[in-house]
This record gives sequence, C-alpha cells and structure tokens, in this order.
Amino acid sequence: MGPITRAADVTGVGTLPHVSLQALGHRFPDGTEAIAEVDLTIERGEFVAILGPSGCGKSTLLRLIAGLLVASSGSVAVDGLAADLAHRRRDELAYVFQDPTLLPWRSVHDNVALPLQLRDRPAGEIGDEVDRALQLVGLGEFALHYPAQLSGGMRMRVSLARALVTRPGLLLMDEPFGALDEITRQHLNQELMDLWARDRWTGLFVTHNVYEAVFLSSRLLVMTARPGRLLTELPVPFSYPRGPSIRATAEFARIAAAATGALAALET
Amino acid sequence: MTFFGLLLATWHLAVSWSGVPPYLLPGPLRVATAIGANFGKLVDAVLLTATGALAGFLLSCVVGIATGLLFSQSRVIERSLYPYAIFLQTVPIVAIAPLIILWIGYGLQGVVAVAFIISLFPMVANTTTGTTSLRPDLVDLFRLNNASRWQMLVRLRLPHAVPNILTGARVSSGLSVIGAIVGEFFAGYGTEDFGLGYLIIQANGQAKTDLLFAAILFSTLLGLAIFTVVGVLNTILLRRWGDSPR
Repeated sequence: MGPITRAADVTGVGTLPHVSLQALGHRFPDGTEAIAEVDLTIERGEFVAILGPSGCGKSTLLRLIAGLLVASSGSVAVDGLAADLAHRRRDELAYVFQDPTLLPWRSVHDNVALPLQLRDRPAGEIGDEVDRALQLVGLGEFALHYPAQLSGGMRMRVSLARALVTRPGLLLMDEPFGALDEITRQHLNQELMDLWARDRWTGLFVTHNVYEAVFLSSRLLVMTARPGRLLTELPVPFSYPRGPSIRATAEFARIAAAATGALAALET
Repeated sequence: MTFFGLLLATWHLAVSWSGVPPYLLPGPLRVATAIGANFGKLVDAVLLTATGALAGFLLSCVVGIATGLLFSQSRVIERSLYPYAIFLQTVPIVAIAPLIILWIGYGLQGVVAVAFIISLFPMVANTTTGTTSLRPDLVDLFRLNNASRWQMLVRLRLPHAVPNILTGARVSSGLSVIGAIVGEFFAGYGTEDFGLGYLIIQANGQAKTDLLFAAILFSTLLGLAIFTVVGVLNTILLRRWGDSPR
C-alpha cells in the first residue's frame, strides 16, 4: 500500500501539518501486529474520520498519536515534534474515550475541572473555564449533579466538555458515541459539528458507523482489519456548517455507499 | 421481631420441657435475670471492650489504608510484603494472643494490639484491590494530563478505593471486637476493670452459664453496633456514587 496523499496536499514552506504519520507501525509485546505502514497527514483545522471494523487498530492509532503508546516502527509527529515530546505541551491535545470515563466521586463541575486542576491552574480561572465548557455542551444547569444521575448521552457530553476545557488544538475521539442509541448519536453528531465550527480545532474521529463518519468529516479514511492499514480515502465535499439535511441528499448516500463498499471489500 | 419472639418462645419451651440443667443451657428467663443482676458490670465491660476494639480497628484502618496506598506504587513492594499480610490472615489469633500480650504488655495496650493484628489484613487486602484495580481508561486520562504520581494517588487511586476500604472496614470492625475479647482472655486489667472477655472467662469458670450467655449477647450487640456505624458511613460516603445502599 502506498502512502495516502491528497491531491491538494501542497503545504507552503514553514507550514507543518498538524499530525504526520510516516510508515507508522505497531506491534504489541505479545507479537500482535496492530497496525502496519500507516502514512497520514492531517492539516490544522481538518476534521478527519477513520472508519474501520472492530479490532482493526483504530484505537491503537489514536493512542500512538496521543503519546500513550510508543510506536514500534515508523514515526508520529504532532506539529513537527515526535509525539512524546509534543505532548509535554499537552494543552494542545485532548482525548475522548469510548466510555465517558467520568470519576463517579466527583460532580459534573469537578469532572470537567480535572484537566485544569492537574495543571495547577488557579481556582478562579478553573471556575470560568469549566462554566464556559459546560455551556458549550448545554449542561450548564447540571454542574452540581453527579455522573450516576445522568443519562449516557449526558455523560458523554460531560466527557466532551472535559476534553474541550483546556481549549485543545487537536481532539482525538475514539468511537465516543458508540454506546449510544441512534437518535442521541445523531444529536451529538450535530452538537460536535457545532462545537467544531466554533473553534475549528483539528479533529480525528474514529468510528465504525458509516453515516456518522460521512456526516462529520471532510475526509474519510477506511482502515483495513488487523494489521490495520489505511486502505481508501474518500473526500466528503459538503460545506460547513452542516445540518441534518445533508443526510438526505444523494451525494451523502453515494459516499456512504462507497464507504460501505470499501468496508465490505475487506470482508472478502 | 416476630421471628425473634418465636425464637425466644421455642428456646424457653425447649428448656422447660427437656429438663436440661441450667449450667448447660439456661432458659431465656434465667439469662434475663442474670442481665438484670449484673447490668452495671455488663455495661462497664462492654464499654471497656469497645474501647479496645475501636482503638485496634482505627489503628488497622490507618496502617491498612497506608499499606494499600504503598502497594499501589510498586508491584515489587506489593509482591514482597503481601505474604506477611497473608500471614496475619491465616495465623490463629487464639494461639498468638498470649504471645502478643507477653510482648506488648497487659492491660489495654495488649488488648488493642490483639484487636489490631486480627483486623489488619482485610484493610490491607481491600485497599490494595481498590488502588490497583483501575480501568485502563482512567489511568490514561490522568497520563494524558501529565499527572504526577502523587496526583494520581490522591485524586484517582485513593477515592477509587473508598468502596473497597468500606468493605474491608465492615469485616475489620467485627474482627476487632473478636480480637479485643480474645485479648481480654489473656490480658488482665488489674482487679478493678473487666472487659467482656474477662467476664466470659470468669462466668465460664464459675459455671454461671446464664451470665455467660448474657456476656455473649452483649458481645454480639457490640459487634452489631460497630457494623451498623460502618454501614451508615458506607451509605453517606457512597451516596453520590450511585451504588445502592448496602
């Protein structure tokens, strides 16, 4: 498989891509090869989706970019710096897990405040930033509630607020809406789009839901089963901001069909 | 309450009809009389035993929780020290209690020591489970935010371990009462004060089985009281976690 390059990928001198993966591969200590030879470039402000079957290494890819894992081969660079060095400046990066991963002993407010507390920010600043983040996800009135009192969708929104509270430049999302019903999922897709439209952080969104991937991204990458490789790239040319109406268009259906076809081809 | 009433009635009838001698199995009336006649002594004994048990229990909480936190920091430390904790679990307390009294001394300090030794292991084991059984996502969350070891310990591992610690406390509190009583079997307080353990030994030696029953009953009530307090603590602390009250 050759590297995936975009036709319009001509970066100006001095403009580094936000995320750059070169010949990235990862083999776990027990010998399983999670991903093999991934080349990928993501520019600032892009929203890219990675679509793939379960177990294809999508999560591993995200964890490598986040610096949670050290790649066994190839390189990962964020803003030109190797992933582990870049993340000393971890204000730049936030991660949304599949599970909301909220601390049950903390209120919604304190859960969102956690990243700022770990950075020893002053209390006044923390209060303001948390309020702002909760307003963004529409949970301003639930600041004093506890995770046990919230629905799954609301917990995921708290998780999003927590990710956004440090004003990251790069947001990595690992199937965040996978555990939710379709209606809630579509609502949250829209909310996520609105959030992205406000601040234009760079987004990398992993999912196995085709419609979600098409709705959210400007570029959709299909990943093979383990060992994962980026098989196909599909541009998604809808303009932003996007609303639910695009789901009904023929173009949407065409791209979704192409993506589904690419996924199905992996089965054979 | 109805069940208890039935139990009492059955007991009374069984004793009356079978003609069992009172030094073997006294009827409920005899026991009630014994309680009435010795009430002051029994209450004093309960308070003394409770003091020893509580002190031992609190000590095992402090040491147990600290050890559990320590074990979370290094697998090497955990593996090397855990066997000693297990030893505490398996050694028969009645056998080593005299030894402990010999080393630590008679009186309250000896009793507290025995109560401590017997109730330590559940606190260590449960705290350790609580501090080391974290979901990987939780640890990743803290790593992604560049959390220091200390931050992870205080803001993640410790609060995460609270339900486990409370489970351990439920077991340890009961054990500490047993430990205090067993300690009192071997440790005198002098001629003035008697704990429940001493009262039990004395009643048994004088074949005052009704008093023995009374002492055992009060011991049970003491254990129940501590258990209830821990249960209330459990409900208060875990209310917001969303666990059902246990």
